[in-house]
This record gives sequence, structure tokens and C-alpha cells, in this order.
Amino acid sequence: MTTRREFLKSALAVSATAGSLDVAARETHRAPPTGVGLLYDATLCVGCKACVAACKAANGNPPEFSTADPLWDTPLDTSGYTFNLIKVYRHGTMETKDAEQNGYAFMKTSCMHCADPSCVSACPVSAMTKDPVTGIVAYNPDQCIGCRYCVFACPFGIPKYQYDSPTGRIGKCELCRHRHKDGYYSACAEVCPTGATLFGKTTDLLAEAKRRLALKPGTVTTFPRGRLGEAAIPGVQWRPEPDQRYEGVVGNYVQHVYGEHEYGGTQVLKLSGVPFEKVGMPKLPPYSSAATSETIQHTLYGGLIMPIAVLGLLTWRAKRAVKPEEGDDA
Amino acid sequence: MNAHAKPAPLGGPLLNAVTFTAGVLIAVMAVIVLVRFFYGLGAVTHLNDGYPWGIWIAVDVVIGSAFACGGFSVAMLVYIFNRSEYHPLVRPALLASLFGYTLAGVAVIVDLGRWWNVWNMFNPWTVNPSSVMFEVAVCISAYIIVMWIEFAPTFFEKFGMTEAKRRLSKIMFLIVALGTLLPMMHQSSLGTLLVVAGEQIHPLWQTPLLPALYLTTAITMGYAVVLFESCLASAAYRRAIETPLLTPLAKVMLGMLIAYLVVRVGDLLWRGAWPRAFAPSLEAIFFWLEMAAFVAPFFLIGSETQRRNPARLFLAGVALMLAGSLLRLNGFLIGYQTVIGAETAGVNYHYFPSLTELLVTVGMFAVEVLGYVIITRRFPVLPREAAHA
Repeated sequence: MTTRREFLKSALAVSATAGSLDVAARETHRAPPTGVGLLYDATLCVGCKACVAACKAANGNPPEFSTADPLWDTPLDTSGYTFNLIKVYRHGTMETKDAEQNGYAFMKTSCMHCADPSCVSACPVSAMTKDPVTGIVAYNPDQCIGCRYCVFACPFGIPKYQYDSPTGRIGKCELCRHRHKDGYYSACAEVCPTGATLFGKTTDLLAEAKRRLALKPGTVTTFPRGRLGEAAIPGVQWRPEPDQRYEGVVGNYVQHVYGEHEYGGTQVLKLSGVPFEKVGMPKLPPYSSAATSETIQHTLYGGLIMPIAVLGLLTWRAKRAVKPEEGDDA
Repeated sequence: MNAHAKPAPLGGPLLNAVTFTAGVLIAVMAVIVLVRFFYGLGAVTHLNDGYPWGIWIAVDVVIGSAFACGGFSVAMLVYIFNRSEYHPLVRPALLASLFGYTLAGVAVIVDLGRWWNVWNMFNPWTVNPSSVMFEVAVCISAYIIVMWIEFAPTFFEKFGMTEAKRRLSKIMFLIVALGTLLPMMHQSSLGTLLVVAGEQIHPLWQTPLLPALYLTTAITMGYAVVLFESCLASAAYRRAIETPLLTPLAKVMLGMLIAYLVVRVGDLLWRGAWPRAFAPSLEAIFFWLEMAAFVAPFFLIGSETQRRNPARLFLAGVALMLAGSLLRLNGFLIGYQTVIGAETAGVNYHYFPSLTELLVTVGMFAVEVLGYVIITRRFPVLPREAAHA
């Protein structure tokens, strides 16, 4: 019994030491100030799905069918082959656009490019990374082991896997980063006829979103199309564009920029006339789960201090109990 | 005092109804695994983007490796807490662990969508040390190697390699220490895996205390597996039951169980998740099933007299194995939702394992049974019986 008491004492001593190391909690990361993203304004969206088609073309993705006759690309959700989708909210008679009651509304589904992405924290082999300048959450199939922890972890259900292939990849929006070197930005924003989807620096997009929220619904204002502002990325020269601005009517917004604070902020921002929870955008806390998870990991394993201390304790105990001269087994 | 019966091979035929059945099940699994590698995960599983992890992860790896904690739990009792009276239980428990973990490792490869890149998990230039998955993978891999070394004396004895055995015995204390640390690390981290999924895990199973909950239940499941396996081996091989060892072991197990339940219930109250257990939902039903299984051992073996009854010990072992399994199944599948508020997002994902998926899981357990029978019959694992010798 004495030995057990001794052991417990030393165990307590170890945990006390580990506790006094003052392990700092890992704070939720903030998006880089140069980060780029999208602003989606559901009140401007007409549901034409030009962005869905352009996304497929830009990423070389095949059509997917949900109807009896495989005539058009009709995916019901994003998938390993569909990185961007416009979904519809329907209620009652569906008379009024952007009304919660007896109305309908559109919502874009694609990667939010979180400031502190769960997929990046989850990925064991750094196949999901967040660019320190653009903040784009990028995927590298050559590094990916296909464990699908990113699919499991994302609160927006964004990374998807290609289950039908023996060499399946993860598929998700990467803001068309492969087109940047040729001066092209995200295809969805480029083709959007109403400017419902804009590409730009997230700080610029947030300012534009707040400008719209401050306007009186029903009044007329100028809406940009395509690319907003300069969205400077080192080494990237955007192709010149004509002035595409137009006069339009201010929508009846919910006074909330989705993505400003959710999970510590996202680089894709959204405006809507219908409450976000009704159009499939989850209510999330202002801190990321990645921060919680990594705080636990770093507390337990930071600098391998705790494991080494425990190993020392265990070795000391085992040295006394395992007797080599007996030639006994373990 | 001293002188436990030395382990000895049981002998007897290798081909019987049990090993034949196991062999058939393993052959079936091999065919399905082949199809999976040629046609993709979708060809043999019901996995989908709403449920990217199915039973191959939740059962084969998460639950399977917890079942394989017998070796670590008993070795900890014997070598760390210096309770040498339990020594005869170490080898058989270690053998079951060895198979459990090795198969969990194999099951992961079958489940990996891009398995040919798996070396990236051990490549210092690609690993992400902040990833819980990385910690789990590295610790499990290391533990499998450590366990084979820990079990090596059994093979050395069989093949008369006394010199090798003597040399190994000199560093065995270090192997034992590592063999205790590594499972503590990854069994807790298997719980931490869920933390990053945040709101996608039902509040009844999402807490920062997950590592503590998974570690304590893995240890109690380890003892439960020893009870289960000792009773089963005694019945199947018609050997005397090791009741004088199992009775006090069961008491240790109940002690750990009380500690677990205090933390578990305390956490639910403290986080205010308790009311969710009373909401009419599938999650609540499974929560109560889980709790009932955790509490059942107190009714089965609560008194000393009951703990001397092998049938009750067996049932208590089964109850706790079920309880720990439900905790894991509930966290990873029942209480998991890929898109928060999926109904408004217009997506509707369901998952129930396909027959082929189930057959692979069954096949994995068949490998364990077959391996256990072959090794105990041919290698010195179980203590020699006076009547048998």
C-alpha cells in the first residue's frame, strides 16, 4: 500500500509541475489583412446558376445528375465534383423574393475560407493549408492521405470526397487560385450578372456589406460587379475590366454580415433577406473549434514535456517491478 | 508465495469449427477489400459526404483499439502499480491487444482514400503536429511496434532463443513504460478527435473533457475485456477459471468506473447539456442505453459474493465493453451531424453500414479470433494448468 501512496504522490507532483507551466490557450486565428474572398448578396441573386456552370468549367468538373433524364447539371449539394451551388429557400406560396413568410430566397454554398479553418487544423499531413497572404484555404492532392478528417471537421460541410473513385480526391472551392497567375479571379464572381457574388479583399468586401446594411431598403444605390477594389496579391496582375457598376434597389436585409464573426471570421461574407439559419448557414460561436482542439493538444503535448515527465515516472516504476534476473516475460 | 504457473502452449488441433468459420469470414473480407481497392470506397460502403466516417473507423479503429486495451491496463496494474499477483493475466491480455491494434492499423489503411500517400504521416516536412489525427496515428504506429517487442519473449521461448530473451529482458522496463505511455496518449486523443468538429457533435458527447473520458473508459474496457476473455478462454478450453485474480480485478474496474461516472455526469451538469438527455430524440435514447450499460456492472458485481461468480463477472465485462462501445459509437456516428441545421441547408444524409462494410468489420474480428486460437495453442501464452500438464 505504501508503494501505491508513493506513486500517487509522485504522480501529483508531475501534474502540478505540468500545470504550473502556464500553457497559453491557443487563440482563434484572425484572417490576414491582405486576405481575399467573396461577398454574396442573396437579395441581388436571381438564381441563374451561371456561377455554378462557370465553377464547373474553371475546375474541370463533370456534370452531376439528380433527375431521371441526365440532361442538365443538377447536383443537390456540393460534392467532390461540385464546389459551388445555389440553393433555394421556399416557404408557403413563395410569392415574395427574400421574404421569410410566403417567400423564396437563394443562398450560395461554397467554401467560406475561414480565418481559423477546422480542416487545416484537422489535416494530419498539411494537405489543407491556409495561405499566409491571400488566406485561401488550399488543397494538395499529392499530400492528402484521404482520411476525410477535413470532411468530418468542417462546420459548413464543405470539403467533400470522391467516393466513386479508387483514387478519389477531396473537392472544395479554392477561390480559383489556379487562375490568378493569368490575371483571372474567381469564376463565380466573374460571371455573376448582378454582382450578387463579388471577388475582392475581405476588408473591402466587409466595408461594402456594411454600406449596404446602412442603406434604407427600397432606395436606389450603385452596385459593383465582378471584382471589387484592387485585391492586391503579390505577383498577380488582374486583367483590366470595363466599369460594370449599375443602379439597383437596396434589399430588405437581415442586419447581420454572416462571416464577420462566425468561427473567428470567414473570408467569404454573406448578406441575406431571410434569417441565415433558415437558409442553411449555421449559428456558430465567435471562436473556432480548431482553437479549442489545439489548446487541448498543446496543453497535453506542448514541447513533449508532459509525455516525457510521465514516461520518466513510468520508467522508474517499471524498473522496480520488471526484474530481468528472473528472466521473466513481460 | 511467488511461482505463478509458467505459460505453456495449450496444444490441440488448429482446425475446428471456430477456426474454419473464421477462415471463411476472412476470405470473404479479402474479396471485399480487393473490390474496394479497385473500385473505390463507394463500391462497398455506404459512406457519403454527410458521414465520411463509418463503422470501419468508429468500430474497427476507435472501438476495436479500446477493446485492445486489456494488455495495457493489466500491464499498468502489474508493473506500474506493482501488483504482481495479476502477472498470469498479462500475456493473454497482451496477445489480444496485439491483434486488436495491429488490425486497427490495417483497417485504417483500407479506409484511407489515398493510402499510397500514407508515408506523409511520418514525413517531418509534411506532418501537422497540431492535428489530433497525426498524434493518434503516430502513437498507434509506435505502440504496435512496442507491443510486438513486449510480446517477443513468447516467441523467443517457443524457438529456444534464450540469449535474445535474456538481452531483451534487460530493457524490458523501458518497453513496458513506453507501452503504458503510448496508449494513454492515443486513447485520450481518440476522444480529442471529436473536439475540432465543434457543434457537429451532439452536446451530450462534445466536451473539452473528451480525452479524460476516453482514457478512463479505455482502461475500464481493458479490464472488462480481460474478464470477458478469461471466462471465454476457460469455457472454450475447459480450463479452471482464474477467479481469485478476476474477483479483485473486477473491484479495481468498478473503482475506475465510479471515477468515470462522476466526471461524466459532473461534466454534463456543468455544461448544462443535461436537459438534452430528456429531449425525445434518437440521441437521447442512445445516451440512456450507454448510461444503463455503464451502470449495469454495479448491479451485476456490486458485492464481493457476486464478484466470485464467473457468470456475473462475464456479464459485467460484456456490459462495460458495450458501454464503452456506445460512448464511442454515439460520439462518432449517432451524435454526429455534418452540416449544422442540415434541414435548412436542404441536405439529407443518412448512414447505415452496407452488408459488405459489415462483413469487413466481422472479418477483422475473425482475424483476431483465429490468431488468438493459433497462438495460444502453439505458443506459451496461457498459464500452464496442473491438471493439464
